[in-house]
Amino acid sequence: MATIEQKGMYAKFPRSGKNVSFTHYCPGCGHGIINKLIAEACAEMGLQDNTIFVDPVGCGVFTYYYWDASHISAAHGRASAAATGACRARPDAVTIAYQGDGDLGAIGFNNAFQAASRGEKFGCIFVNNSLYGMTGGQMAPTTLAGETTTTSPFGRDTSLTGYPLHVCEVFNQLKAPVYIARVSVADTRRIMQAKQAIRKVFEIQRDKKGYALLEIIAPCPTNFKMDAQKAAEFCINEIEKEFPLGVFRDDTTKAPEESSPVEPSTSPLLAPKTVPLFASCAELFAEKDAIEPAIDDNTFAERRFKFAGYGGQGILSLGLTIAEAARLEKRHTLWFPSYGPEQRGGSANCSVVVSGTPIGSPTVEHPDVLVCMNQPAYERFVGDVREGGIVIVDETVPVKVDPPAGVKLVVWPAIRMAEEFGVPKAANTMMLAALKKLNCTGLSGESLETALVASFKKKPALGEKNRELLKKAEATA
Amino acid sequence: MTKFVKGNEAVVMGALYAGCELYFGYPITPASEIAHGAAKWFPMLGRTFVQAECETASVNMMFGAAGAGKLSMTATSGPGFSLMQEGLSYLAGAELPSVVVNINRAGPGLGNVYPEQSDYTPAVKGGGHGSYQTFTLAPASAQEMFDLTIKAFEMSAKWRTPAVVYADGLQGQMMETVTLPDEDPAIPDFSDWAAQGEAKTRENLVKSIYLDAAQQAEFNRHLQEKYAAMAADAMGEAYLADDAELLIVGYGISGRIARTTAETLRKEGIKAGVFRPITLNPFPREQLASVAKGRKIMTIELDAGQFADDVRLNLAKAGLGAEAAGVKMVNRMGGEVVSVDEAVAAAKEMM
Repeated sequence: MATIEQKGMYAKFPRSGKNVSFTHYCPGCGHGIINKLIAEACAEMGLQDNTIFVDPVGCGVFTYYYWDASHISAAHGRASAAATGACRARPDAVTIAYQGDGDLGAIGFNNAFQAASRGEKFGCIFVNNSLYGMTGGQMAPTTLAGETTTTSPFGRDTSLTGYPLHVCEVFNQLKAPVYIARVSVADTRRIMQAKQAIRKVFEIQRDKKGYALLEIIAPCPTNFKMDAQKAAEFCINEIEKEFPLGVFRDDTTKAPEESSPVEPSTSPLLAPKTVPLFASCAELFAEKDAIEPAIDDNTFAERRFKFAGYGGQGILSLGLTIAEAARLEKRHTLWFPSYGPEQRGGSANCSVVVSGTPIGSPTVEHPDVLVCMNQPAYERFVGDVREGGIVIVDETVPVKVDPPAGVKLVVWPAIRMAEEFGVPKAANTMMLAALKKLNCTGLSGESLETALVASFKKKPALGEKNRELLKKAEATA
Repeated sequence: MTKFVKGNEAVVMGALYAGCELYFGYPITPASEIAHGAAKWFPMLGRTFVQAECETASVNMMFGAAGAGKLSMTATSGPGFSLMQEGLSYLAGAELPSVVVNINRAGPGLGNVYPEQSDYTPAVKGGGHGSYQTFTLAPASAQEMFDLTIKAFEMSAKWRTPAVVYADGLQGQMMETVTLPDEDPAIPDFSDWAAQGEAKTRENLVKSIYLDAAQQAEFNRHLQEKYAAMAADAMGEAYLADDAELLIVGYGISGRIARTTAETLRKEGIKAGVFRPITLNPFPREQLASVAKGRKIMTIELDAGQFADDVRLNLAKAGLGAEAAGVKMVNRMGGEVVSVDEAVAAAKEMM
C-alpha cells in the first residue's frame, strides 16, 4: 500500500548523521509544528529548488536535518545578517531566516532590525516561546513579567529586567517592511492561521516584494515545566495577553507609493543620482593619457620632499603635482598625507619620495626639500632637513629658528604673489614656481608644468590659468 | 595601464579584478577609503555594496554571501577586526572563501589611527575560537595591495578558508603607481557546495556544526591537513641576502624600512640583507631558513615583538635554533614608525 509523504520534509534525516525519522524536538514543542508548516508551504508552492534557508543557533539549529532544501547554518544571532548576504548574493532565490527569542530578540536584535530597516528581500520567521529553550530555559527579552525561568527563578522582576520586548510592534515603526504579523501554534485553529501566514511570507519572497517578519508564539513544555496541553494553554492564556495575535502590516496588495507613509523629498540636495554603468573593470578604470610604469635608473639621486602648511593652502596637491611630474619622467614615486585627526586641526602635510629605483622606507625623516607655508610647519620640520638640502618658506613665516648647517634657506613670496595676481588660492602654484626656478626637484620644468595642468584635469580652464600664473611667478620673483 | 592611487583604493580595484561581487562594510579610519571606493565602483560594475550596521554584521553578511556561492569582502581596522573574529571562525569552520582586509591602526582599545602591526596574532594565527587558520598576506606597496588582494581571493577559493589582507594605516593612505591588468576575471563556480537557491544546489548544506565529537574530530583533522598543505603557497622576498652577514626581517611597511636600512648599512660597509615575508600564514619558513642560516638576524616591526617571536618559532622549527636564539628586534608602537636611523644604529650594535 502506498504511503503519503510529508511534503517538503525528508522522510528520514540523513543530514543528522543518523538514519532516523523523528525530530530532536521535545513532545509538544511548537517548533515541530512550525517546521512542518514551513516545509509544506515551501514544497506546495514549488520552491524547494529555489529556497535558501538560513538557520539559527538555538532549538531551530537543526532545521537543516528536516527541510529538503539548501541551508546555511549561521552564527548565533546572525541569521538576519547572513540572510542579508545570501539574498543580496542570490536575488533570484527565496531566502528565509528562522530565528528564536535569543537569536533575534537579544544577541541579534540589531542585525534583524537593521535588515528590516533596509528592506532586505528575505522572510524572517521568529519563534517566540518566551524563553531560551536550547540552553536550558533561561530568561529571554520576551519572557513575561513574573514568569519563572532558570535565570529568573523568582519570576521576572520588571524593576530589574525591564518588560517583555515586543518585536513586531518595534519593527512596525520601520518604513521598509511589507508584512509584519504575529500568529500562534497553540491550537488547531491557530495552526491553520499560522499556515496561511507562512505561505504569505513565501509568496512575498517569491514575488520579490520585500522584507517580511512573522512572529510565531510557540509552547515549550519542557522549559515551561508543563505537559503539552498546559503549555499550549499557557500560550493562549498568558503569552497572547502580552503579545496579541494579528497582522500589524500588510502592504503586499498596495502599490509602492501607497505603502510609503513618508513623502520623498523634493529638495535638489537630496535627489538621488544615476549610477553610471560600466561593462568591465578595464572600462571602468581606463585612463586617457595613461602613464607608463617607472623604469629603474641607478644614476638618479633619490629625493625626499616634505610639504607643510595649513589645510586649504594646497599643500597636498602641491605634493601630488611633484609625484605626477615624477611619474611623467618614469621615476618611482610615492605620496602620503597626514591623515585622521591631524588633518582636522587645520594643519596639513604630505611626504613625497622620487627615486630611480624601487623605494624602500616611505617615511621622509630627512627631507632634501622642505616647503613650509606656515610657522608651526617650519618649526616642526626644519631641524630634520638633510645637509645639502633646501628649505623654502613663505615670506609670511617669521624665521625664528635657523636651519641646520649646510641647509639652504629660501624665503619666497608665494602667498603675496597669489594675492597680487588676484588668485589667492594659487599660493601652491606660486610655490611650485619656486621649486621649478630653484631647480631642486630633479625633475624637468616641462614635467612640472605638465603635471600642474594635469592636476586640474576636471577643470581644464583652471589648468591653463595656473600654467600662466606659474610663468608669471617665475618672471616676477 | 597604470594608475596613481592610495593603497586603500588599490585594494578595491584588486577585489573587483578578482571577481569579488559583494562588499559589506562599516567605516573605520584608516580603512574608510576602501568602503568609499567600494560604494562607488561596485555599483558602477553592477555589483553589490552594503553598508552594514556593524562589523559583526559585515562578516556575517559575508558568511551568507559566501554560503550562497559568491565572493565577497569587507575591510576594517583593529577594533572592527576584533569584532569579526567570531565570524572568521565560522567562515573557517564552514570552509567559506571570503576576504577581510585589516588596515592596522594603533591599539589596544581605541588607540589611534596611525600605523601599527600589532594585530599580528589575530591576523596570522586565527584570532577567533577553535583551531582554524586564515590565509594571510602582507602587502608592502600599493601594487601589492592590488596584487595580493587578487591573490587573497584566489587562495581563499583554492583553500576554502577566509583570507586576510593585512596592511597598516600608512599603506592605506599612501599613493603609488599601480599597473592594472587588461583582462577582467572569470567568476568562480562554487555550485558543488554552495546554497545558491537553484535545483542543482538543493542538497547543499553550509554549516560549521558537528554535534558528534567523532565527526568534529574528523573534520578538524581534515582542516589541519589542509592548513599544512597551504605551506606550498607561502611567499617571501629576499633582497641583498646572498652574502649578507646580517639579515633584517620585516613585513609590510617594516619590510620597506628594512630595505632602506640594508642599503644604508651596505654603503657603510656592513653586509646587510633583507627577508620580507609576503604571506604571513602560511609563513615562508623554508625561504627564510634558506637565507638565515649562520646569519645574525634583526626584525623591524611596529608591535611589541609578536612578529619577532614568530620569526624565532619558524627558525627553530626549521632547525635553526641558534639563529632563533640570537634574533634581535627594533620596534615602535603607538603609531610611530621605526626610522631608518634607529634601525641602522640597532644593526650596528649587533655587528
